[in-house]
Amino acid sequence: MKRLFSLLLMLAALPAWASLNVFATVPEWASLAREIGGDKVKVYSATNAFQDPHRIEAKPSLLAQARQANLLVAAGADLEIGWLPLVIRDSGNSAIQVGRPGYFEAANYVSRLDIPTVLDRAHGDVHAAGNPHIHLDPRNVLKVGEALAARMAELDAPNAAAYQAAYKLFAGKWQAAIGRWEKEAAGLRGVPVLVHHSSFVYLSAWLGLKEVGMLEPKPGVEPSSGHLGNLLARQQSAPAKMVLRTAYNQEGPSQWIAGKTGIPAVLLPYTVGGTNEAKDLFGLFDDTLQRLQKAVR
Amino acid sequence: MHKPFAMAALLAASCGAQAATDSDLAAIRSQIDEMKKTYEQRIASLEQKLAQAEARDEVRTAAPVTSKSAVAETVTGNRAENTASSFNPEVSLILQGQYKDMKNGAGRGITGFVPAGGHDHGTGAIEGINKRGFSVDHTELVFAANIDPNWRGQAIIAAVDGKAEVEEAWFQSLGLGQGIGLKGGRFRSGIGYLNEQHPHTWDFADAPLMYQAMFGTEGGYAQDGIQLKWLAPTPLFLEFGAEFGRGANFPGSDRNKNGSGGGAVFAHLGGDVGEANNWRAGVSYLKTSARERESVFRDVGGLEAQGFFAGDSATWLADFVWKWAPNGNPKYQNFKFQSEYFVRREDGNMTCKDENAVGNACAAEVTGTYRTRQSGWYAQGIYQFTPNWRAGLRYEQLDSGTRDFGINAANLAVDAYKPKKSTAMVDYSWSEFSRVRLQFAQDKSMQGVTDNQITMQYIMSLGAHGAHKF
Repeated sequence: MKRLFSLLLMLAALPAWASLNVFATVPEWASLAREIGGDKVKVYSATNAFQDPHRIEAKPSLLAQARQANLLVAAGADLEIGWLPLVIRDSGNSAIQVGRPGYFEAANYVSRLDIPTVLDRAHGDVHAAGNPHIHLDPRNVLKVGEALAARMAELDAPNAAAYQAAYKLFAGKWQAAIGRWEKEAAGLRGVPVLVHHSSFVYLSAWLGLKEVGMLEPKPGVEPSSGHLGNLLARQQSAPAKMVLRTAYNQEGPSQWIAGKTGIPAVLLPYTVGGTNEAKDLFGLFDDTLQRLQKAVR
Repeated sequence: MHKPFAMAALLAASCGAQAATDSDLAAIRSQIDEMKKTYEQRIASLEQKLAQAEARDEVRTAAPVTSKSAVAETVTGNRAENTASSFNPEVSLILQGQYKDMKNGAGRGITGFVPAGGHDHGTGAIEGINKRGFSVDHTELVFAANIDPNWRGQAIIAAVDGKAEVEEAWFQSLGLGQGIGLKGGRFRSGIGYLNEQHPHTWDFADAPLMYQAMFGTEGGYAQDGIQLKWLAPTPLFLEFGAEFGRGANFPGSDRNKNGSGGGAVFAHLGGDVGEANNWRAGVSYLKTSARERESVFRDVGGLEAQGFFAGDSATWLADFVWKWAPNGNPKYQNFKFQSEYFVRREDGNMTCKDENAVGNACAAEVTGTYRTRQSGWYAQGIYQFTPNWRAGLRYEQLDSGTRDFGINAANLAVDAYKPKKSTAMVDYSWSEFSRVRLQFAQDKSMQGVTDNQITMQYIMSLGAHGAHKF
């Protein structure tokens, strides 16, 4: 009975331990917030690795979580445009409104790729601000981390030193890891690949992978048999070595290409939680590189 | 920019001056030419690079961050944002039209329920719901933008043949804090589940009978007034709302008075069950008053009569939505179940008249008490089985309930009926911006008539398209 009572007391006190309540839209930035915040923060991830972050609904649970957040960490670059604006507005939470310190957009702190010169929906689901899947270049993670640590320090001044120290520790480990990854991935440079969706643009740019085709005929439009046939025909003249997809993409189209061409269909975790090995940001990149190397051999 | 070239030429010239034979001079000239060429090439390529870099810089957009954050943004090329047109509201246009095949029913209505909007089926007029064949039923123009850091505004202009009307025009608070939300203007009321949703987000081509019976063919209740909402700071979604307004729309009527003419309160509860399931349940209450609210009746002899209601109308609504998607990823597969129930009580007086002098039983005006208690419900399920295809079923039933017309019961026919309708639909979406739908319905909303209806509908959204509600 006494133990039960103390357990209840602990549970009741739980929110008090966390001085910053973070609402992250995607698992990668939830993970980064945990690296920097440690036990000073309570982090909620609005989505998991098996959910297409473009297609989330403004669910009641998201509103309830956003209501209590001190800091909202979004990927930005319009990735969450179909649901996040509604969640923010209907949360009744003044702290996380766009433009306030409690609103943080990761994509603002990196150089974005694939910024379209023509904005026309005839080109599919285009993002005017560029490709939003920025986290798969680990150097971007560092830039976002620096900005996020500063923002957390600003919002929670008493713990500012702790956030900065945690970020420094993370950055040191991360930089060492980047060195290791780049060495490991040297053999991937120039390897031609097919991708399901344009989710790996930053990974390809970092590792020097050559994206020679996309299974979606236009971004956000599902692969069609006609388009897959064209890709197959192109395989004769410009052969790709593997076909990449995320944990939330359907596997059918990749498997079809793989079956017809004999190249491996590779599932990459894409974000934290996408595979069993991708438990945190380090695991995400370790596992991504391992899977790529296994496929290229 | 040509400085290195000039210096090189000078140097070459000064060297050459010591032994200036013709052949030497020619050699020097050719050397100079060569240098000139290579420098020009390098300069040109550098200029090109510079231009490219500048162009890239201009395209990069960085959202303005007003935070006092110590870290400078690494991407600050926000010059492209500086044009005045960037402040224009988000504009979107909804195109919606249909082909409808159904029985010809000029006085189409729901047996046992008074038609909203009174006396619209006059000379040659064909109401929206009675239109057969091809028609453009709804063209919606939406403008929305943040007004300043505190407010957001939105207007929806709906164009129906021959007229444009302000369907919604409201401002909304952005972060009053403490979970409070304030909306003012003309808005779709927060009662029920479907009420706040616009026709282009409906899963069927028409509103459920229940909504048509409650609010008329528009299929929703809109209010000119204010709405206050409060979201509780709980892990479970718990929201309360209250509205006060003019109350001019059916079941109320427009009145010349101060104060609030109609009010509503609602509460919503919602959450997740695992990753795959989300739900929301709600209960709402709408209270309005009417004066001279005109409806068309049949008298005991089958002739048309006009009834003018004055009194109170109170409606209770209960709604429930359940959504399922594998792993919570609705893109490839998802299922949605929704159901709503209503019960309405009206209490007051009704005056029966013979406005068109057809010689009905109310040739001399008769005023008597008027009390009704009516109810209805619908339930529907929509299954999206591929990214492009969805199929759905809807069943609905109303109950004309008790209708106490007082002394007018001697003059007017009092129908007792349970209208029913079953609907099946399948729709195809090329993208989230374009959809076509095929719908079959067996409509038994009019006593003695079984109307098999076929509707083909398209819904296209152009331009900026905001997020949809859950």
